[in-house]
Amino acid sequence: MQLIDTADVQRRIDALRDRDLYVHLEMTSGAYTAYYDSTKHPAANFITNAVVRFSHGGISGSGPYRVGLKMENGWIYTEGLTHYEGTETDRLIMAGHDTQGKLIVSLQLSPEPF
Amino acid sequence: MNKKILVVLPHPDDESFGLSGTLAKHVQDGDRITYACLTLGEMGRNMGNPPFASRVTLPAVRKLELEESCRAIGIQDLRLLGFRDKTIEFEEEELLDGRIGELLEELRPSVVYTFYPGYAVHPDHDACGEAVVRTVGRLPRESRPPVRCMAFARDHEDAIGKPDVVHDVREFLKPKLASIRAHRSQFNVPGIDSDKAYKSRELQERFGTERFWTYRFDR
Ligand SMILES: [Zn+2]
Repeated sequence: MQLIDTADVQRRIDALRDRDLYVHLEMTSGAYTAYYDSTKHPAANFITNAVVRFSHGGISGSGPYRVGLKMENGWIYTEGLTHYEGTETDRLIMAGHDTQGKLIVSLQLSPEPF
Repeated sequence: MNKKILVVLPHPDDESFGLSGTLAKHVQDGDRITYACLTLGEMGRNMGNPPFASRVTLPAVRKLELEESCRAIGIQDLRLLGFRDKTIEFEEEELLDGRIGELLEELRPSVVYTFYPGYAVHPDHDACGEAVVRTVGRLPRESRPPVRCMAFARDHEDAIGKPDVVHDVREFLKPKLASIRAHRSQFNVPGIDSDKAYKSRELQERFGTERFWTYRFDR
């Protein structure tokens, strides 16, 4: 994973428009968050390999970044992205890592299931 | 007077703290206000405490709150544009600008109120302000209404200077507090529930001034 290059990510988003894709969308506050700090509320969710199709999308912000993808009947939205996989050819793999390197959020899109 | 005023903001409740006193004054002056609210704030995290709304019911709850706020201020014409909370910066520009352009065309307002692009903290606020100045900026110079912008980002005055329009709205604190109160799922401001709250020195101090920057298209 490397730090997000917004122009490159935008190019990759545009290349994935208007086709069926498998999505992995995840967010987690960390399983031990509440254990270390009882005022924190533990929460997590993910959805893997749901099929989506978007017609329009973008990346914005000055880092951590936000991505929004407009679908026929709704949106996919992620905030807090910092890294992406620049060596991927067909897939778009993005994640947000905190200052300790822990994954907080991820958004991945692929023509093939994950 | 009877001027036409256009307000374009992305979320129900964006009108309350920074603008409702000014709008109440417009109403008193006989002006006609159209408030175009881009979304229903349906992704908001506040749902009352304890929560009385859910992710599913929040849009309907916030719509009612917004209507109540508009009644409190005296806003005559509320338009809900149906965009989705958090997505304004990603929305297709032609679609967004088109809706704003239609309103400008229809109303030919004397003044437009929105957020200052880049200095309004929330991405939807910035994107809303950007769309408004982009669309107004496309009008011929002589037919552009002044765009009065709210800004509250940290250190915004270093970048955009002092506000050029400052309104003392202490006289309009009653409708302003009623507007804030209307958004009960979002705000819980201690001390504003009493009928006499608008007479409070402290609240007059806190909410009695509204500040705007007239957008400069030439810079
Ligand atoms: Zn807002």
